[in-house]
Amino acid sequence: MEKTRPLWSNPLQFVFACISYAVGLGNVWRFPYLCQMYGGGSFLVPYIIMLIVEGMPLLYLELAVGQRMRQGSIGAWRTISPYLSGIASVVVSFFLSMYYNVINAWAFWYLFHSFQDPLPWSVCPLNGNHTGYDEECEKASSTQYFWYRKTLNISPSLQENGGVQWEPALCLLLAWLVVYLCILRGTESTGKVVYFTASLPYCVLIIYLIRGLTLHGATNGLMYMFTPKMEQLANPKAWVNAATQIFFSLGLGFGSLIAFASYNEPSNNCQKHAIIVSLINSFTSIFASIVTFSIYGFKATFNYENCLKKVSLLLTNTFDLEDGFLTASNLEQVKGYLASAYPSKYSEVFPHIKNCSLESELDTAVQGTGLAFIVYTEAIKNMEVSQLWSVLYFFMLLMLGIGSMLGNTAAILTPLTDSKIISSHLPKEAISGLVCLVNCAIGMVFTMEAGNYWFDIFNDYAATLSLLLIVLVETIAVCYVYGLRRFESDLKAMTGRAVSWYWKVMWAGVSPLLIVSLFVFYLSDYILTGTLKYQAWDASQGQLVTKDYPAYALAVIGLLVASSTMCIPLVALGTFVLHHLKRGDAAPMA
Amino acid sequence: MLWLLFFLMTAIHAELCQPGAANAFKVRLSIRTALGNKAYAWDTSEEYLFKAMVAFSMRKVPNREATEISHVLLCNVTQRVSFWFVVTDPSKNHTLPAVEVQTAIRMNKNRINGAFFLNDQTLEFLKIPSTLAPPMDPSVPIWIIIFGVIFCIVIVAITLLILSGIWQRRRKNKEPSEVDDAEDKCENMNTIENGIPCDPLDMKGGHINDAFMTEDERLTPL
Repeated sequence: MEKTRPLWSNPLQFVFACISYAVGLGNVWRFPYLCQMYGGGSFLVPYIIMLIVEGMPLLYLELAVGQRMRQGSIGAWRTISPYLSGIASVVVSFFLSMYYNVINAWAFWYLFHSFQDPLPWSVCPLNGNHTGYDEECEKASSTQYFWYRKTLNISPSLQENGGVQWEPALCLLLAWLVVYLCILRGTESTGKVVYFTASLPYCVLIIYLIRGLTLHGATNGLMYMFTPKMEQLANPKAWVNAATQIFFSLGLGFGSLIAFASYNEPSNNCQKHAIIVSLINSFTSIFASIVTFSIYGFKATFNYENCLKKVSLLLTNTFDLEDGFLTASNLEQVKGYLASAYPSKYSEVFPHIKNCSLESELDTAVQGTGLAFIVYTEAIKNMEVSQLWSVLYFFMLLMLGIGSMLGNTAAILTPLTDSKIISSHLPKEAISGLVCLVNCAIGMVFTMEAGNYWFDIFNDYAATLSLLLIVLVETIAVCYVYGLRRFESDLKAMTGRAVSWYWKVMWAGVSPLLIVSLFVFYLSDYILTGTLKYQAWDASQGQLVTKDYPAYALAVIGLLVASSTMCIPLVALGTFVLHHLKRGDAAPMA
Repeated sequence: MLWLLFFLMTAIHAELCQPGAANAFKVRLSIRTALGNKAYAWDTSEEYLFKAMVAFSMRKVPNREATEISHVLLCNVTQRVSFWFVVTDPSKNHTLPAVEVQTAIRMNKNRINGAFFLNDQTLEFLKIPSTLAPPMDPSVPIWIIIFGVIFCIVIVAITLLILSGIWQRRRKNKEPSEVDDAEDKCENMNTIENGIPCDPLDMKGGHINDAFMTEDERLTPL
């Protein structure tokens, strides 16, 4: 009896799997940053245009390829053309899964630490003789200290490796065990898990929205961030970043979408699903940025009011004014009076008076792990019942991260389980176990003291250029090598619906052009920047400093980019050579 | 003569307690910040209480058990509410060394705070750093307990899933041989029962007659 391909139990599982994979941490920590940097409300214009022009067509293409070829990325590409192999996707997915699960490990760490009163990142630890707070913590803030010292125990530079920290290592191990548990049985187990990983983050986001909007000062953040700055529409960087965000947010090119779609019934309406998934993904980004901006507003207002209080206290103490006399409203007035009445004393204390500004607090734009683990925790520690909010928040981060990890591992496992050689020797539990084990072992690098610097290298370079190239080759291969007409008739035969002219125009013309322009832009950006730099944490100053990458780090970056991009031409060359050798063998026999 | 003595006393007092004098400490209270609406006014009775608390603290120091409230001198009370104080010895000619006063205040800071409903941030003795309360350090960090619980649950779940997978696979491998056994049994039964064909028989060994509709199909699906 032929082993049938496992299928999703119902189309809803497939949609949830795609949503769970596409809606990830990038929606929460990258989109609000871009929105803030490139004109607030007006950033939505390039974003939605790119969604319609680039996101939906490419997503539909990948899902259609997967559903038609009914194999993982390697098999699917080989069916399109024998010279192509999806191994580049697998390599990129492998790099991604190596470092991405470290984020889940950090989320676990923070989640476990949320069950304490007070929250460990809300107070600085005491110094040696208990007369004051730890020096590093005083210079930075307690949330930064907890992140850089307690969680990462970061070293001052990339060169100083340090040893593997056992606490993050344990959390990483747990993260991989959880991922293994979810992918153990293939679509059978993954299909059930994605119900949770797709829907629970929305529950938490809604709860946070309600809480965020009712926080004091939330409206400050919302108004400031969403006020459209129309002049940014003329900035080409805004458009490039919108395109990039759509591209990476949907997770195209990794092979995960092909893998998910390959478990579909052939008659599945993947056009509808592509539109639904991309719309939900973008909607989630906007929704998450509303929550983020209200939290920003709260944090900025809180810090601004604290700053005012500190200035008031300083003036009250210096001039022995009555306690409670200085308020936010009369501060400027009184400052003017004091400057005129006691000029010498005022000039003494003047350098210490900080200029408190709400705008400068709101202007601090943060993205990535800094936003998730420093800014958000700073806001959470000031809320009431902060333990509850902290647990909810990190649980949501976990769900988002694990959802994306399921897609990543599916991209690696599907080609492996499809290949007859491997799946005949090992059951799929063992293959999944091996993949998780190898990734976990390599991931221990990111738990060393310099681990966060390596994490940043992988985050910035492992997937960016290679993905653009992979999706470009995919689009061109489907349209021109396989043939757009042939693909269209395949889809029509499979789903029973014709492919509209819009998709054909996008696939054949617009999207490849867009990807080429993005690719050119990135390359020129890298070349123009010269040496690559990174942000290192300086414990003595309590802030980040910029440093140059050492030579071997640059070599690793080059290797990362090259190993995935070179796969495509190398495999083509290899197949060509083998083909010729076979023909050479066959000819004399004939 | 008495007037002279009185002037002398106040002069000595003035000399002993002065802003920046030797062994003098500045105290700063932020009553409105701490208590808001329930703030009390700072008057001479409160000052008396303060002197009493300082005298009480000094009494706890060995060799100073004879300190009286009148030995504590306050001066330069401002609107802030801040003032300076010194503690004199019984002869009222010298002030007690700063180190002793410091130790005494540090040891009893909590009592002094409590007497005024204030805390370390709102009742400050400048130059006397308060000992910050050490954080509660449980013997086993809480996060390890939660980590351990979740770790064990995940391991158990993985083991169960793997075992059930192996069990299912073993059952599938046994089924072809089970089919053969059943067929043998069928042939035997064929001779015993009267010719019920074996194929429709449920492999688990039940005797279901397929001619009748099963439970599920009795109700027409929607």
